[in-house]
Amino acid sequence: MNAPVKNRRLAGFLGAFLLVALLLAGGASYLASGSPDGLDAVTQTGCSESEDTLQGQCIAQNAGEHATAGSPFADYAVGGNEALTGVAGVVGVIATLAVAGGLFWVLRRRSDT
Amino acid sequence: MTTEVVAMHMSDGIVNAPTSLAFGVVAIVGLAICVARARRDLDDRTAPLAGLVAAFVFAVQMLNFPVLPGVSGHLLGGALTAILVGPYVGALCVAIVLVLQALLFADGGLSALGTNITNMALIGTFVGFAVAVALRPLARRSRAGLLVTAFVAAWVNTVVASMGFVLEYALGGQGLALGTVFGLMAGFHALIGIGEGIITALTVGAVAAVRPDLVYLLRGQRSELTITEATVR
Repeated sequence: MNAPVKNRRLAGFLGAFLLVALLLAGGASYLASGSPDGLDAVTQTGCSESEDTLQGQCIAQNAGEHATAGSPFADYAVGGNEALTGVAGVVGVIATLAVAGGLFWVLRRRSDT
Repeated sequence: MTTEVVAMHMSDGIVNAPTSLAFGVVAIVGLAICVARARRDLDDRTAPLAGLVAAFVFAVQMLNFPVLPGVSGHLLGGALTAILVGPYVGALCVAIVLVLQALLFADGGLSALGTNITNMALIGTFVGFAVAVALRPLARRSRAGLLVTAFVAAWVNTVVASMGFVLEYALGGQGLALGTVFGLMAGFHALIGIGEGIITALTVGAVAAVRPDLVYLLRGQRSELTITEATVR
């Protein structure tokens, strides 16, 4: 198989992979469970949540306000609008691809040719 | 605090400052080793793939699935990334996801990055990879073998990563009896691990069906690969 065909097939595969990630983050994210995950369920054991605050005694009472709580994408919303979770997801996928892809491209072994 | 529970990782203050700092050092040393060793596993083909694997982990981590009434779980991604791109690059993928989640999405405290990276990026990825390597003969035998390998590696990575939290809590946490924390973490993550296993098996299975040559676990040694590539050209 010659190199251009190989490269085109790889690009097609990578493009499909990216599309799946974008669809999951941009669309399927709306179907995600809103319940606390296993870790949060443990740290909230002993507390009940009412009026946005935790009542009772639990590990999560020790948690501080998040340092980047003012970020426009805080809590996977856009400016606090949770209807835009999908947009936040797409932003996250692209940001992750840019940072990770950029780092790995810089780190890669250069081909000998 | 917000009403919606959208945070997925440890927040600031869940363990005390000395413990956070100590695991910050563990994370930095671990990631530095990963950066040094990742170079060997990255080339013109695998570097873009690895970037996409990280983006994919970010996407799938948003998809919390229910495991019990009032309790959900989400992918951690250790075994998934390790099987696809190797443990060093895989740990960096998960770590980058965790850093971006903390910086952009206020998910996982900044001072808790050390503990979160240690648990999910380092422990999860290397434990998942160790299990996958142990099962590699099975993974190479058949497609079913590969799926079983991915599932088991992912289940173990989830449960062992959750034990990382129990260790950190034992060293610097308070609010709940240690035995209770251990029991709940183990129980929840034994269930979450099933979801992690299914997602990992589906993903690895899909990549292997189309491009088995891109699955790190199924590739030979570096030297073999170079020879094969040279022969193909």
